[in-house]
Amino acid sequence: MNNSLLNITASPHIHSHHSTRNVMLDVILALLPTTVAGVIIFGMRALLVVAVCVFTAIASEFVFNLAVKKQQTIDDLSAIVTGLLLALNLPANIPIWQAVVGSVFAIVVVKCFFGGIGKNIVNPAITARVFMLIAFGSMAKAAFPVDSVASATPLAEAAETGAISTSLWDLFIGNHGGTIGETCTLALILGGIYLLLRRVIQWHLPVAFIGTAYIFTLILVDFDFVAALSFILSGGLFIGAIYMATDYVTSPATSWGQLLFGAGCGIFAVIIRHFGQYPEGVSFAILLMNILTPYIDIWTARKPFGGKKA
Amino acid sequence: MEKKGRTSMAFSLHGIHVPHRKNTANMVAVRMNTPATVTIPMVMHIGKPATPVVKVGDHVDVGTLIAEQNGYISSPIYASVSGKVTKIADTLLSNGSMVPAITIESDGAMTSAALEIPKVDNREDLIAAIKASGIVGLGGAGFPTYVKFDVDPERIEELIINGAECEPYITSDTRTMIDNAYDIDFAIKAFKKHLGIKKIIIAIENNKKEAIAAMRDIAIDDGDISVVPLKAVYPQGGEKVMIYHTTGKVVPGGKLPIDVGCIVCNCSTMAAIGRYLATGMPLVERTVTVDGSAVASPKNVVAPIGTSLADVFEFAGGFSSEPGKVLYGGPMMGIAVPSLDVPILKNTNAVLAFNKKDSKPRKMTPCIRCGACTNTCPFGLNPALILDAYENENMEMLAKLRVDLCMECGCCAYGCPANRPIMQNHKLAKAALREYLAKEENSK
Repeated sequence: MNNSLLNITASPHIHSHHSTRNVMLDVILALLPTTVAGVIIFGMRALLVVAVCVFTAIASEFVFNLAVKKQQTIDDLSAIVTGLLLALNLPANIPIWQAVVGSVFAIVVVKCFFGGIGKNIVNPAITARVFMLIAFGSMAKAAFPVDSVASATPLAEAAETGAISTSLWDLFIGNHGGTIGETCTLALILGGIYLLLRRVIQWHLPVAFIGTAYIFTLILVDFDFVAALSFILSGGLFIGAIYMATDYVTSPATSWGQLLFGAGCGIFAVIIRHFGQYPEGVSFAILLMNILTPYIDIWTARKPFGGKKA
Repeated sequence: MEKKGRTSMAFSLHGIHVPHRKNTANMVAVRMNTPATVTIPMVMHIGKPATPVVKVGDHVDVGTLIAEQNGYISSPIYASVSGKVTKIADTLLSNGSMVPAITIESDGAMTSAALEIPKVDNREDLIAAIKASGIVGLGGAGFPTYVKFDVDPERIEELIINGAECEPYITSDTRTMIDNAYDIDFAIKAFKKHLGIKKIIIAIENNKKEAIAAMRDIAIDDGDISVVPLKAVYPQGGEKVMIYHTTGKVVPGGKLPIDVGCIVCNCSTMAAIGRYLATGMPLVERTVTVDGSAVASPKNVVAPIGTSLADVFEFAGGFSSEPGKVLYGGPMMGIAVPSLDVPILKNTNAVLAFNKKDSKPRKMTPCIRCGACTNTCPFGLNPALILDAYENENMEMLAKLRVDLCMECGCCAYGCPANRPIMQNHKLAKAALREYLAKEENSK
């Protein structure tokens, strides 16, 4: 027995068993209710868009790694998350070729060109969405629920008329126009609770994001509480705050940093919504704050204990 | 009077919840059968190696001096079995250095040397007694205990007795507090009498109810002793963590606890001091927790110092499956040993053996900047940035990030989803920074 080789490693010798793969798997599970809701609301075309984006994302990462002779990384499941998030941010009626181009852009340009997982400076899905918004006109023409008679998304309607006519209940369950994954707030919150319970995300960022957006909107609509609630239940605020802004790589590490990041996102999103050219500002806001993340990390770094000169 | 020593803290230091796995908490330590031989290295403490004073062929009894203290920071060593010295030769320590070790072949009789109960009338006597006892920090550090107390007694504001035992598996301190409370009490009384220490804090994690009760029993008629239950959060037993959580004092980097008026002493060390003062038997044996997934019947064992790990594991029923990794100490900060031939040292509080499955190295993946490392670091360091700085050999950055403050608790590596070798690189970074700063100092 004494002759058997013993393993020598530095401490610690036990591990929490967290892994990147498990984190990604949790995010995918958390997005399932939203994906199902999107398919119910927008029909089978939504499922096709999701399938295309996820497949293209995996395939582009695989091919890129193959081309540059890097070790395969698709088993960490992060490409699936990017593809899924991008799909949920697209209208169900988007031309398939555009969904393919967007997914390739997200993975190859935003993620792989910068060095792969953990090295990208901005969120791939968000950046691809913004790219598509600018590049393809079709992004502005949102899809509508299968049996709907509406002709504009709540935010587009608000940009025209200054008010949202969709009922709060319809906004909450997602029965209105928009992208595949952004409309059903109920499903988004359910997934968010799952991520909180699994400790994949902390509450700070989403709460600061949605809270700031609500308070700022409230001021802009003269303290009409229901109107402000309509605004934050519309558009991509919840999917952005819970799933996109919380991306580890592109958001601050500490709780204070996340509060600051969330508040910044909330303020920028509302400014763009109310004063900008586009009816929706969540993606732009997150993208802006992604770029500020390294600075926020420096400003909110923890102070070393006992670090003061004695 | 119980909570007297507690200062309410605005913030607790960060930490992590590790699985407790205190499987042996209810097992009274059992004295193992006398091993056929013991091998006692001359370094079982921080400081200079002790100097052997016996020759091959000499007969020794339990408690016979076999090596004397060599310099101020050093400690004498005593025979742990009776028998014949058969070998004095270099042996490999777990830190990779070669030091002389004395091998004694046991005659099985365990006859005791002629011992004298130390006569302690004043401070000097007490310090001299602890010095002669061969006692070092039994919680794992192995720092010669007498040196800690050899300070102007006026400077000692609090004596903190560390019973946190925050590492998974280990229960040797817990058992000592429960089963040897009398010894701890005896030592406390001596310190109060001869060093004039006014405030004694016994700090224990709140998952050790029986130990807390045992310590409260000795504190019951003494207003100077307070028993402070601490949250069971790793690394509660870290010296600076414990000082902060019991007194609110912050030990600055590079300073010692005594610089803020504290002495922290492990509870098993206290018990050993009490036993020596009462009986005159120096440190020749210790309680060791034997556990881990490869151990057939985990237990607490009283083992003579120098017993090989193979003998200790055999006493615990041998292995249930082939061990892949064997540790001195707990799984968070313990040291992996190269073979089962290495001996139990003065500061070995546990020996753990893990099966092949639990010993497998985990696959490393790229850092996803999740922030788990910096959010769990008790000292608020940023391990991810330290890792980058070390890989880029950016010494100025390492100094700025204060890697020198790292106590190597391993919280960062424990929770890393990417299995980055954070702890390992911190150790290397600390050494590299020390070297760099020394060179800078020289060139000035």
